[in-house]
Amino acid sequence: MKEIRVHGRGGMGAVTSAQVLAIAAFKDGKQTQAFPFFGVARRGSPVEAYCRIDKNFIRVRQQVSEPDYVLILDKSLVDAVDVLKGVNKDSIIIINSAETIKLKTKAKVYHVDASKIALDIFGKNLVNTPILGAFVKATGEVSLDSLNKTIIERFSENIAKQNIEAIKRAYDECSE
Amino acid sequence: MIMVNIAGIIKDVGTTTQVKTGAWRTFIPDVTDKCTGCKICESFCPDGCIKVNPKTKKAEIDYDYCKGCLICENECPFKAITSKMENK
Amino acid sequence: MVLTVLEGSRAVAEAVRACRPDVVAAYPITPQTHIVQELANMNADGTLKSKHIEVESEFSAISAATGASAAGSRAYTASCSQGLALMHEVLFATAGMRLPVVMNIVNRSLAAPINIWNDQQDSISQRDAGWIQLYAETNQEAVDLTIQAFKIAEDKKVLLPIMVCLDGFFLSHTIEPVDMPDQKGVDKFLPKYNPTHAYLDPERPMTQGPFAFPRPYAELRKDLSDTIDASKDTIKKVSSDFKKQFGRQMGDGLTESYNLKGKKIAIITIGSLGGTVKEASDRKGDFGLLRLISFRPFPKVEIIKALKGIETVIVLEKNISLGTSNGAIFDEVRSALYAEKDRPKVIGYVAGIGGTEVTVNDVIKVVDKSKKQKDGEIGWLMGEP
Repeated sequence: MKEIRVHGRGGMGAVTSAQVLAIAAFKDGKQTQAFPFFGVARRGSPVEAYCRIDKNFIRVRQQVSEPDYVLILDKSLVDAVDVLKGVNKDSIIIINSAETIKLKTKAKVYHVDASKIALDIFGKNLVNTPILGAFVKATGEVSLDSLNKTIIERFSENIAKQNIEAIKRAYDECSE
Repeated sequence: MIMVNIAGIIKDVGTTTQVKTGAWRTFIPDVTDKCTGCKICESFCPDGCIKVNPKTKKAEIDYDYCKGCLICENECPFKAITSKMENK
Repeated sequence: MVLTVLEGSRAVAEAVRACRPDVVAAYPITPQTHIVQELANMNADGTLKSKHIEVESEFSAISAATGASAAGSRAYTASCSQGLALMHEVLFATAGMRLPVVMNIVNRSLAAPINIWNDQQDSISQRDAGWIQLYAETNQEAVDLTIQAFKIAEDKKVLLPIMVCLDGFFLSHTIEPVDMPDQKGVDKFLPKYNPTHAYLDPERPMTQGPFAFPRPYAELRKDLSDTIDASKDTIKKVSSDFKKQFGRQMGDGLTESYNLKGKKIAIITIGSLGGTVKEASDRKGDFGLLRLISFRPFPKVEIIKALKGIETVIVLEKNISLGTSNGAIFDEVRSALYAEKDRPKVIGYVAGIGGTEVTVNDVIKVVDKSKKQKDGEIGWLMGEP
């Protein structure tokens, strides 16, 4: 089973990130689960969302405490919350940042300037779907094809087109 | 926080001010010279962190608490408030 | 049937729509809100052709649903927590008037202190109202039980209201794959409600919920008690009929055993904790699970039968019957086993209160600890401080 933790801020769409990943993985023929941190989310406050991917139906419903993958939608969260909680040397971290971020971990850290991509394409700092392109590149856990199909189902035609473009750019621009 | 007293009664009140929500910002608003001190932003700010300075007659933002929601920028009839992505 | 990834609330709302209720009357409350919201959307879109009654409180919601059912229509509502507590008075009337209302409960704690998270204090506290109570482990089961509930409730041998309970957030706010029964299949499984005991017809007037003197009152209460006990047969039959139609069944409709064969230790629980216990049992195989799907009627005989040969029973439950130091299910399980020769020791845990997490490791630890514990010991699982 692969476990994913998404760190974001209220309003950034961390839950959507987790849900889109879950649906995309399902389209790849896997069993999935996604849920938000059960809290009282206020706009701007640190939030978490979780996703699990497995061969078999997922029965555990506890929050992800030892993630295989960590997605960080806003780099300021690194100082605000313990984004490395439960991370081990085999984990992969993907962070929205223009430059390399030094984290106290042996895990691989990828970065992508998802905010710039989002501002270029949407004119707004909507990074929750673009960063999934970087996730695909860094982990290979879901296919780009299924991710794009999920986007097409979830959003109206124009918005889906922009999202797919943003995902492609994040995929290409993501680096260690 | 663990509440162990009777019924979890909170006697240390007003502690919300200890949470410096300025750290939540992605975008930072800025009051420019165009400000007329009309107080519209002051009344719209959901966090009460804009006040018009009575001496300068200009709006001032308390960045310790401003969450960067940009309602002020949206409401300002004089386009006196601008915003940019904050580099933290 | 179509396998899709859906949020629990959305899946339940889809199931309700497939059951074609005549009247939906509900008041939103966290974490049940998404169900009511979805049903209102469907109603506005015209894909759900029920009469949608906007009410100003849960008391009105259950009153409207009860009234609608008394008039002979298929009525649905949903609630939880304070909302369900506010319904308390009417719940007894719905059951006493033998009206087959179906209500989803998205389980949440009760104040004070105010807490929006999951435990099962709300529905467990309504256990004596005369409603059948079924608890889902997964979103799939929440969907399946909701559809079955209408059929059980409307069965001529039952005619009782049913609560179908799903754990707040743990199920309601989680997206996971659900096999949604197709409309044609549901229509075949659940024909239109045809009331023969209680309806509104000016040609055939009747008084429902009348005044009753002590002796007839007592007789009617006994009849109610006998009826809910006997509903076990219908619950089992509907569960196996559902399997014939849709190819799935959890246990026998009343309980589900998992890895119990040849084991000395059994965990009893209800709701989504069942999945956690199954996972724990697979990781460390010295114990099995007996999950109660039906809490009312209480499957006493089935529990005794399933626990034959078991030496230790651990009851994990998300409620506390204040003043008894333990959860309500603990007492009922222990009492059911009282007359048995070589009855097992029973250990109780009040767990997952107010949204605290019960993890797979917690379950394994509880089992290890039980090996040195005495009958009747009670513990609390409260997660991380």
